[in-house]
Amino acid sequence: MNSYISLTYLDLIGASVFLILNAVFSFVLKLKLERQLLFSSARMVVQLLMVGLVLKAVFAASSAVVTGLIAMVMILFAGREIWARQERKLSGIWGYGLGATSMMFAGSLVTVCALVTQIQPQPWWTPQFALPLFGMVLGNTMTGVSLGLDTLHTALYRERTAIEAQLLLGRTRWEAVLPAARRSLRSGFTPIINAMAATGVVSLPGMMTGQILSGVDPQEAVKYQILIMFLIGGATGLGVLGAVFASIWRLTDQRHRIRLDRMRAAST
Amino acid sequence: MFKIVDLGTRHVGPVTLSVAGGECVAIRGASGSGKSLFFRAVADLDPNEGHVDLKGRSREDMPAYEWRRQVALVPAETGWWADRVRDHFVDDGVEALLEAVGLPDALDWEVNRLSTGERHRLGIVRALQAGPRVLLLDEPTASLDADMTAVVEGLVKQQLVDDVCVLMVTHDPKQAGRIAHRTMIMRDGGLHSASGAMA
Repeated sequence: MNSYISLTYLDLIGASVFLILNAVFSFVLKLKLERQLLFSSARMVVQLLMVGLVLKAVFAASSAVVTGLIAMVMILFAGREIWARQERKLSGIWGYGLGATSMMFAGSLVTVCALVTQIQPQPWWTPQFALPLFGMVLGNTMTGVSLGLDTLHTALYRERTAIEAQLLLGRTRWEAVLPAARRSLRSGFTPIINAMAATGVVSLPGMMTGQILSGVDPQEAVKYQILIMFLIGGATGLGVLGAVFASIWRLTDQRHRIRLDRMRAAST
Repeated sequence: MFKIVDLGTRHVGPVTLSVAGGECVAIRGASGSGKSLFFRAVADLDPNEGHVDLKGRSREDMPAYEWRRQVALVPAETGWWADRVRDHFVDDGVEALLEAVGLPDALDWEVNRLSTGERHRLGIVRALQAGPRVLLLDEPTASLDADMTAVVEGLVKQQLVDDVCVLMVTHDPKQAGRIAHRTMIMRDGGLHSASGAMA
């Protein structure tokens, strides 16, 4: 069952017809979305073509150092994305470092474990396996961490009076911020919980669809998808937990105070 | 009994003040002079420098949560974190206090239906539950009518009888005269005696 059908660039242009049609509708109905639609699709095409070229070169080089460097670049970009998606950020290096570090530890731990114990390519860092896997785990962990931190920081800012009221009654900082922490963790976990609940019933995941389209037996594709979902769920959970509790530690102090002076004003 | 020595933050102080057990000190001063920030510093809610002792025991010698149970601050704006009033009180031994402030049935109420005055009175009761030795009251009667003001003042006097020391921010000189043993003025972050001398 290996019936891979190669696509031509003409096929891709053909597939874009409906998107262009949407841009035409937007123009006719004066929705003012046509520029955004065209710009983001053009950006997507350029990014993917470039990443295709880069991956081709990285796979050909088959070097642990190059693979590690690419993974670092992915972490740096994802860290920037976590930082940018928060309305209220920690000030200084903490704003970037805390989210990126939590995501890096969670994503790396889960990906390396899966490569070494389950997938077992030879060597374990083989870029064809390591980079796509790391990319999927990192992308989802990034979304969870940014949602968790954004919810936490907004809650601490808006609910400061309520949190301080608990501190004034003799509660510890951990007891006082627990409701906000719970909400932040729930917010960070929701996308992956929803994705797991809907997978296979409402949607077929992109990776599995891609494998099936390229001729892989659906049962094999499903096994890979289950593995990926477990990895993504595990990494997202660890990343969100680490980021939320590290941020609570940073935004409170040993004398059980809320330290909003360690947070930047909201970006407008 | 309660000693504050060179207490300061970026915006307030340094302030030095001693208050005896059963003594009430009224603190007055223009809006923005630092009265509420001074109270926050005493309760250790903002980073600060200086020393505060209660009965000879330094604030630094105990965890902040233990300090705040003994030195209770009731801010001008009370905070609420659950939907029901009942969830903000630790045990059922509050009936007498609720009765005293004219809110005997309040435990069964919803927080979002409370008036500002009711919130204030419940905030005081909540702080008194842990049996503090020092009470920091930030404008405790600002949103109360004359009758309820008298009720709260009665509650404060009762605390003084029980040897609690009270520091109270008020804009009303008559109120200060009614229940305070002395009045201090907060000006430009510094605390001065009402006669003009630096505290």
